[in-house]
Amino acid sequence: MVDVQFRFRDDETVNDPAVTVDSFSEQSNATAVRLEPGDDARELLPHLDRLSLIEVSFPAWTDGRGYSSARILREAGYAGEMRAVGDLVIDMLHHLRRCGFDAFAPDKALNEEDARTAFDRWENVYQATVVDGRPAIWAKRHPA
Amino acid sequence: MYKYDEYDQQMVDTRVAEFRDQVRRRLAGDLTEDQFKPLRLQNGLYLQLHAYMLRVAVPYGTLNSAQMTLLGDIADKYDRGYGHFTTRQNIQYNWIKLEDTPDILAELAKVEMHAIQTSGNCIRNISSDQFAGAAADEIVDPRPYAELLRQWSSFHPEFLVLPRKFKIAVIASEKDRAAMRLHDIGIRMVRNDAGEIGAQFYAGGGMGRTPMIAPLIRDFVPLDQLITFSEACLRVYNRYGRRDNKYKARIKILVHELGRDEYVRQVEEEFAHLLTQPIEPPLAELERIKAHFTGPAYDSAASDDLDLTDPDFRLWVERNTHAHKQAGYVIATVSLKPVGGIPGDATADQIRLMAKLAKDYSFDELRVTHAQNIVFPHVKKADLYTVWQALDEAGLSTANLDTVGDIIACPGLDYCSLANARSIPVAQKISERFGSAKRQAEIGELKLKISGCINACGHHHAGHIGILGVDKKGLENYQLLFGGSEGADTSLAKIIGPGFTEDGVVDAIEKATEVYLANKQGEERFLDTYRRIGMDPFKEAIYG
Repeated sequence: MVDVQFRFRDDETVNDPAVTVDSFSEQSNATAVRLEPGDDARELLPHLDRLSLIEVSFPAWTDGRGYSSARILREAGYAGEMRAVGDLVIDMLHHLRRCGFDAFAPDKALNEEDARTAFDRWENVYQATVVDGRPAIWAKRHPA
Repeated sequence: MYKYDEYDQQMVDTRVAEFRDQVRRRLAGDLTEDQFKPLRLQNGLYLQLHAYMLRVAVPYGTLNSAQMTLLGDIADKYDRGYGHFTTRQNIQYNWIKLEDTPDILAELAKVEMHAIQTSGNCIRNISSDQFAGAAADEIVDPRPYAELLRQWSSFHPEFLVLPRKFKIAVIASEKDRAAMRLHDIGIRMVRNDAGEIGAQFYAGGGMGRTPMIAPLIRDFVPLDQLITFSEACLRVYNRYGRRDNKYKARIKILVHELGRDEYVRQVEEEFAHLLTQPIEPPLAELERIKAHFTGPAYDSAASDDLDLTDPDFRLWVERNTHAHKQAGYVIATVSLKPVGGIPGDATADQIRLMAKLAKDYSFDELRVTHAQNIVFPHVKKADLYTVWQALDEAGLSTANLDTVGDIIACPGLDYCSLANARSIPVAQKISERFGSAKRQAEIGELKLKISGCINACGHHHAGHIGILGVDKKGLENYQLLFGGSEGADTSLAKIIGPGFTEDGVVDAIEKATEVYLANKQGEERFLDTYRRIGMDPFKEAIYG
């Protein structure tokens, strides 16, 4: 298992082994699952209550399907740990956060200082993803 | 035109800082070229055959004179005194040093410009009608909607690593001047039976190796659902667009393989879901943006008279100007296609001159067209002769808009590492062959487009005459296509037969124009005659 290098949660790190989506549907006691880029995140929606960890795999950071997967799961109300795993790069950390990831386990450890800068780089954002809880610039321009 | 507020300014400034940091890490060796490449591409920085190329965004093709002046200054300071206007209404510099790019971006940010998402597998700069806000036939100005989409698509966290690049065009008139249906998403602003403005969505168009005309996917999206619907279109594409083969990764392949109806079903399902998420900006935001696009303060007493006694001026007026919605004004297009020149190129001095003329005579506004020309959108007829004289002195008065000399061409093998053949020398030879103004006038409208490889950056599929450069056993060879169009009557050009050498293709085009002139009926354009009589008479003349 790869180490979690960055985590933005107060609860205990989940160490349950993540199973594949296929085995997850057969193992009614599994609490952690690993989504590959080609998996349909919506297959997990009926089971969100028993999940405490969803790993979303990025075999290559340039495959962006995991961003949609994460956001779909958060939109459906998943509140457990959402961990990005694999080929993570510093420059995408902020965008992963915005799609609902709150834990990061890169294949190769990232430079701590550069990563912290990247997480904090964007003070404002143009879109509401909702799942990151951040108000969009348009919301600041037009306070309710 | 749109003016940044503190937030917009902060976003581009932050991007400059981010990119400076990326370049620092690259130069320090912390990033390999493979790691750096997708990052620099999202900032419009390509590595070409000889140097880096930087592509600067001109959102929906609209510029003010301060911005245009800076584009000229950058050409002098960081390039070799030239800028190259592109078919995506942007500008490229072909001789850039990597270590200079953060400073260039910082200079651009000072005049509210950037290079964000001008390449890479993300939502690209949004294009629009170059006559927006001035055309007599538009129902609204399309640019506020394009600006709303610009902000939404800038750094959209879910859509930064799509299967492939994604191009959006927004228009608002029946006549399509932006090749809207040849985009990944084409949007036409329309008015419904109840008199409300909304958006018609087309998806899955494109050129490249597999040209497709986008089908209509929704007849009317209300203005308070524009972003939500766009997001649904993109999410379905991001999840299901092919990633196994980069040549099959554009949304056109997804729409084609699923079928239009199934793609629409999936989008509508996602849309219904996303409507439950508060992601749509309020209409007040659209109103805020629209307030930046109120028309200029026209002189309502401006005269419609125009003295056309100078024959050269008359020719230019007939060829290069269009009707303006305001009496006493015209839309004037500056052709960047002088005889024998490189299509879309302008010198730093020419760029600054156009900036000054726009400031003095076009309410401080210019447009870049997808045909690689520059537009002064609002010129008072009384000023037009003065403007023309200044252009003429600078070598910018070529009267060939939409004629055989007004060629669209990609950079080709002279610059591009993907190309199979050179495009620029072919364009130069054709423009010389048809150099006489009399001859161009006789042939009339003939849209000629050249691509140096099947990626079709020169839009050859959409040319009345298209030329495709290929590599044939190590030699440059040119295929000829006829019958394409990008307008309201969008069609894809067809290959007419075996390819030609560089000189052979110029001869073949000359023969084709002879067939046209011999068969032309009434006011028919080349395209109309071709559509009526078919390919055979042309083939016979060219290969017979």
